[in-house]
Amino acid sequence: MLTHSRTRGFARQVGTIAVTLVGLLILTFVIGRLMPADPVRAIVGEEATQDTYMQVYQELGLDRPLPVQFLMYLRDVVTGDFGTSIRTGQPVIHDIAAVMPATLELATLAILIGATLGITMGVIAAVKKDRWPDQLIRVISLAGHSMPIFWTGMIALLIFYAWLGWVGGGGRIDDYFIGLVPEVTHFILIDAALAGEWEVFWSALNHMILPASLLGYSSSAYITRMTRSFMLDQINQEYVTTARVKGLSVRQTIWRHAFLNIRVQLVTIVALAYGALLEGAVLIETVFSWPGFGQYLTSNLMIGDMNAVMTCVLLVGVIFIALNLLSDVLYRVFDPRTR
Amino acid sequence: MDTILDIQNLSVAYRGSPAPAVRGASFTLGRERLGIVGESGSGKSTLGRALLKLLPTADITADRMQFREVDLLATPEKRMLGIRGKRISMILQDPKFSLNPIRRVGDQVAEAWRVHVKCSKAEAREKALAMLRSVAIRDVERVYDLYPHQVSGGMGQRIMIAMMLLTEPELVIADEPTSALDVTVRMQVLSILDGLVRDRGIGLIVISHDLNLVRNFCDRVLIMYAGRVVESLKASELDKAQHPYTRGLLAAQPRIGGPRRPLPVLQRRPEWAEEVRA
Repeated sequence: MLTHSRTRGFARQVGTIAVTLVGLLILTFVIGRLMPADPVRAIVGEEATQDTYMQVYQELGLDRPLPVQFLMYLRDVVTGDFGTSIRTGQPVIHDIAAVMPATLELATLAILIGATLGITMGVIAAVKKDRWPDQLIRVISLAGHSMPIFWTGMIALLIFYAWLGWVGGGGRIDDYFIGLVPEVTHFILIDAALAGEWEVFWSALNHMILPASLLGYSSSAYITRMTRSFMLDQINQEYVTTARVKGLSVRQTIWRHAFLNIRVQLVTIVALAYGALLEGAVLIETVFSWPGFGQYLTSNLMIGDMNAVMTCVLLVGVIFIALNLLSDVLYRVFDPRTR
Repeated sequence: MDTILDIQNLSVAYRGSPAPAVRGASFTLGRERLGIVGESGSGKSTLGRALLKLLPTADITADRMQFREVDLLATPEKRMLGIRGKRISMILQDPKFSLNPIRRVGDQVAEAWRVHVKCSKAEAREKALAMLRSVAIRDVERVYDLYPHQVSGGMGQRIMIAMMLLTEPELVIADEPTSALDVTVRMQVLSILDGLVRDRGIGLIVISHDLNLVRNFCDRVLIMYAGRVVESLKASELDKAQHPYTRGLLAAQPRIGGPRRPLPVLQRRPEWAEEVRA
């Protein structure tokens, strides 16, 4: 009986994901067709004759009805063919695989900073509700929430790089280190550590710490507010009184009892914040000349390289679906009632 | 009679509330079972929590709050941590809410021991298993690993009792211990609690709105009204109550085989709330 309902739950989940994916593909397909960019002209160039133009037009299947075009797109995606980038002449998927690690690395460090900061501040704010630590934290997180990241990015570069010289500036490492370590994983911290090149490692960390802190700070604003309200819900529960009656201190009660009950909710919001960081990398990568996914997407949008743009949008969607799936799985780990 | 608790002129005021929730309550407790009865909002639960100093949003004042050799009023929070759960504990109303939903019930019981006694996990487990056995739970090894949503209300409340009596406290406050339970398991849970309290010579305060329960189960009864203790008498002499509020409560109770006419409506007079009685 139990396994039966579990199978059904699993089947339902797979169904939901499939439907979401199809919806997502329709969306990217429509984006590709609606954007005021002419894919044929982008390939053949401005000088091409009408004959060449028509030939490419037919090769791309643009003369076929839209549903057929969609099915062709679907077939390409399923077989792993995301098209060729007009700008680089490489398969789009290769380009993305080359830039994605830079963004993943930055976003992962950022979410570690943001979650640590946000959860700690949120818990403190809830425990000290309406007293000065709560007020102070409210100001800190409101500031993080309302200052745009491209602005704080420039100010922070000015202060910590230009004036104080504490951190590295734009780019992933100092210029003279470029090409020094073999690129195995494309995650520069991991590659440097694997090669035992600790100087490169520190240089990379030095470059990463400022944008990661700023991203982390801005996502901590949301995490703080949510943690505070989740925690306030729990603090008023009877089991918290039970724990206090047993002789646990406030701190023990919070971490051994109340906090365990908000993990499930925290997983969800941290996963969504992480997704938002990947997607929102566009701004910070521009400010910090970070050769990642965000820069790749912006530059291709500018020149109308539709294969690349469609694949980027698809990827962001897939990442969100995956993060949702992950938080569903973690629900079951953290809450015995859902097993 | 050796005194466990001596409370004189206790008042509790929630911050931001116009009237105090408990006003000038005085009573003493020996090795006995004391019932505190009153309607909703009469301050009986607040009184119970004030004894543990577990009211972060209220101010507690009193002429005297003596528990054994401890002056509760003057005891700082740090020392209260050693008293709560070790020497004074409290059984809460509904195990559905008073047990942490995502921790194994056995671990929650064992924790009550580990907070106060330095010992290994295995020792605490043994201690908890033995205590679960003494609240008439069969198959304790299996129950230990269950989560609160997997146990019935009656079993949940027995687990609660096990958790709160594990450290052999000198005083147990039971706040509506059976109100959330089915009538059929009420007596069972009560008699388990009664047996343990008698065996170990524990002072017990039962907070309830159920006059009959308190009459059958306690030695002495305090009647609370609007934050005041309006009357204090032996449970066996409840029928000889003097105060009009107590008499009203008794008169409003239906009796099996009694005459079938409308029960009298309970009167509430504002002057009772002002009256000062011991």
